[in-house]
Amino acid sequence: MTVLGHLEDIPPGEGRTYDVHGEMVAVFRLRDGSVRALSAVCPHRGGPLADGQIDHEVVVCPMHLMAFDLTTGCSLSGQPDLTVYPVTVDADGYLVIASLTASEVPS
Amino acid sequence: MSGTERLRSEPRREDERRAAERGQAQPPRLVVIGNGMAGARTVEEILSRGGDFAITMFGDEPYGNYNRIMLSNVLAGVEDESGIFLNDLSWYTDNGITLHAGRRISRIDRFAKQVYAEDGTATPYDKLIIATGSRAFVPPIPGIHRPGRGYHQGVFAFRTLDDTRSMIRYAREHERAVVIGGGLLGLEAARGLQNHVSHVTLLHAMGHLMNTQLDAQAGAILQRSVEQLGIEVVCDAMTTEILGKHAVTGVKLADGRVIDCDVVVVAAGIRANTEVAAASGLVVERGIVVDDQMRAQDEPDIYVVGECAQHRGETYGLVAPLWDQAKVLADHLTGRDPRAAYHGSRIATKLKVAGVDVASMGLKEPERDDDETLIFSEPRKGIYKSVIIRDGRLVGATLVGDVKKVAFLMQAFDRGLALPEDRVELMFDLGGPPAEVSAAELADDAQVCNCNGVTKATIAETVHGGCKTVSGVMDKTRAGKGCGTCKSLVAQIVEWAAGGAVEEDPRASWYVPGVPMPKPELMAAIRTHDLRSVSSVFAKLVPGGQEDAKSKMGLASLLKMMWGEDYVDERDARFINDRVHANIQRDGTFSVVPQMKGGVTTPAQLKRIAEVAEKHAVPMVKLTGGQRIDLLGVPKEKLPEIWADLDMPSGYAYGKSFRTVKTCVGSDFCRFGVGDSTALGIALEERYQGIEGPGKMKLAVTGCPRNCAEAYVKDLGVVAIDGGRWEIYVGGAAGAHVRKGDLLATVESPDEVITLTGRFLQYYRENANWLERTYAWVPRVGIEHIRAVVVDDTEGLAAGLDAAMDASVAAYRDPWKERAQPATPGQFRTSLPLVVLPQVPVR
Repeated sequence: MTVLGHLEDIPPGEGRTYDVHGEMVAVFRLRDGSVRALSAVCPHRGGPLADGQIDHEVVVCPMHLMAFDLTTGCSLSGQPDLTVYPVTVDADGYLVIASLTASEVPS
Repeated sequence: MSGTERLRSEPRREDERRAAERGQAQPPRLVVIGNGMAGARTVEEILSRGGDFAITMFGDEPYGNYNRIMLSNVLAGVEDESGIFLNDLSWYTDNGITLHAGRRISRIDRFAKQVYAEDGTATPYDKLIIATGSRAFVPPIPGIHRPGRGYHQGVFAFRTLDDTRSMIRYAREHERAVVIGGGLLGLEAARGLQNHVSHVTLLHAMGHLMNTQLDAQAGAILQRSVEQLGIEVVCDAMTTEILGKHAVTGVKLADGRVIDCDVVVVAAGIRANTEVAAASGLVVERGIVVDDQMRAQDEPDIYVVGECAQHRGETYGLVAPLWDQAKVLADHLTGRDPRAAYHGSRIATKLKVAGVDVASMGLKEPERDDDETLIFSEPRKGIYKSVIIRDGRLVGATLVGDVKKVAFLMQAFDRGLALPEDRVELMFDLGGPPAEVSAAELADDAQVCNCNGVTKATIAETVHGGCKTVSGVMDKTRAGKGCGTCKSLVAQIVEWAAGGAVEEDPRASWYVPGVPMPKPELMAAIRTHDLRSVSSVFAKLVPGGQEDAKSKMGLASLLKMMWGEDYVDERDARFINDRVHANIQRDGTFSVVPQMKGGVTTPAQLKRIAEVAEKHAVPMVKLTGGQRIDLLGVPKEKLPEIWADLDMPSGYAYGKSFRTVKTCVGSDFCRFGVGDSTALGIALEERYQGIEGPGKMKLAVTGCPRNCAEAYVKDLGVVAIDGGRWEIYVGGAAGAHVRKGDLLATVESPDEVITLTGRFLQYYRENANWLERTYAWVPRVGIEHIRAVVVDDTEGLAAGLDAAMDASVAAYRDPWKERAQPATPGQFRTSLPLVVLPQVPVR
């Protein structure tokens, strides 16, 4: 388990990028209070997904508006899918991400 | 909802068994008589709305559901039978629908609520849909039937797949065909038969071809084109007898002529199949009479759709009205929108008839003395165009041979758009882009969208995969999502690939895709409910309160415009550029463009910029097209520091907002200048800096008509003319789309320019759709209308527009001052993955 930081570090409806043991992970704080974590790089042209706009279902990359499902990581615009990371908020409001196993880390 | 979804994907029997186990009520029973395009489409619409019914369908023909429109392609050999099926038998199983294909219903018992098949079986219903369509009308010509054996040997109707199959089989072994009927279907049959026999004659009882859709002149030109394809055409030809003892040998006309032939195809129109309804006591005239909910007269549980329905006195034989009817009925039956009502369809068709492009809509001939009519005719080339205008609106149009303008005309006809001042532009593209290639002619691997690299084949595959709306295809393939110039071609290809079954996306009229309202309604609702934040708009105005990422930016812009200082700014509603007041670049860095009003700078300012660029090792310093200096390659986390070092206001080179005013040197230095364009440009930028809008607003002021500042091609361009006066042009563009602006007004003073600029921009802000630039909005609304509102104030809106603009101007704050304290936690923290991005070379 890795503590990324406090939930309040992410404004509602936005995302921030975290370096998790060398992996770039974008964590999003949805307006309903829940959180999602995905690989931070758009597979299309390398756009920074944490700078994208989100709703309750998708994140839209700011570069060329490629969309990805926030929960499954599936591309909705014909790109490779993103890796999804299990992320939770603990009792004190800290973001906790499960340790990445080798199989979860894209090579 | 997810429960319904899950159940629907399994066979119905399973549903029922489970429902019974749980002791639940079974879903209502929906019976559909007719498995053609109307019946199946209605069921599809019901399923897509999550409608929970136990559905049973009865079809006359022993197949799944196919696209009847494509039968002429099957006849012509350009399409396989397999290619025309819309839903194969597995679709019915997958959706838990019981299909009785080839079982005919002979009677409806309205009181016991049961339908009886010809084999005597009874099926009970709670709701019944009649979609029996129509059949070929076969005129009572002597010799056309053989007593007790159907049609005479060699005589065919042209309506069903079976008709088409037997026609092909028979025609292959024969030589000469006669087609009776010179309407759409007859022409298609004649063209298709050329594929199978060496000689085809088309007989038409009326004076000219396609007389329902075309006037005599257009009909004559179509006839010429059809004859050039090798089809012999005889008009005013009343067939009086079919000749031949055992098989057809010829037909005899009223004037005594005999035309030898061994195949006769009857395409003399259609008649609604209403016998079952009439025999069962429903009200039947030319079709089964229905109300606006497609409900049979006086029958609470019986509905009718498609060609067999008669609505407000009209029956329709084309596919578009049927789609409309299916949607209304599905909305009504599923309770999605109990007030859904069908108001009739405006018929506009675009077809390739026997290889000739034909489009027709509305009136074919003028009706009133003051109807404006334009006719262009070039028989040698087979081209005919006519346009009928009433009270400034398009009420009819006919195009034969050249349908390049059809997309615009259909839109103008359907939505009552303002028409161009030069009416000739309705018929021809004047000085526009080169002639368009038609969708059908385009090679499969041709790249349609050059921005996103999408080929015609990809678009066609997406349509065949079931996505039949233009916007849906654009979303899926990204075609047309770059500069947007290919949108009309994408639309044409979707239409072509869908074989006429293209669906209109209601979202096309919405301001943003995620809130189901056009802009005026949306603004009214926002005011009524006092909605001041983007999240409150979603919560209040979207059914289910669903947020939509792609709608946030447009809503943020609209709310900011409407509420000014009282707007509740939720930063996540902003696009990244607006969150950090800079333009994101391909490598995830940003570009910084300081304000340089009117493109005028000073040595001190240049020194400052140079020092900042050096201090921060800015990778590229570039002059922009808007007469400013761009610092490119700045990392997000460095932005506040750079702004502080520059200590200059933002140039807004990143937003959907007022950008810049380009100027020439004007009268101060230029030998030709007749007006002080630089001073006016600076004053305009000073006043309207940073104002947000539906799209970018790029302006220019030029000191004489030589136009060095390119004012004719700006969203708003001002040109000084001799005598101290100023011309104001609006709606110009010189990007992916090139358009010269329309002259809005000529005024006497710079102050008037400033006032009219504000009023025009405010009117644009309040009325244009999201991302609709002035070059699209001005022609859509019409320059006369805009002039009436903005210059002449005929609608009394001017004072309100001026006041709203004043408020926006007063609310302006330089965003680059927002730097001491981040507006949100980590506002300027990098989101860059740093390693995998393309590295932009440093020069």
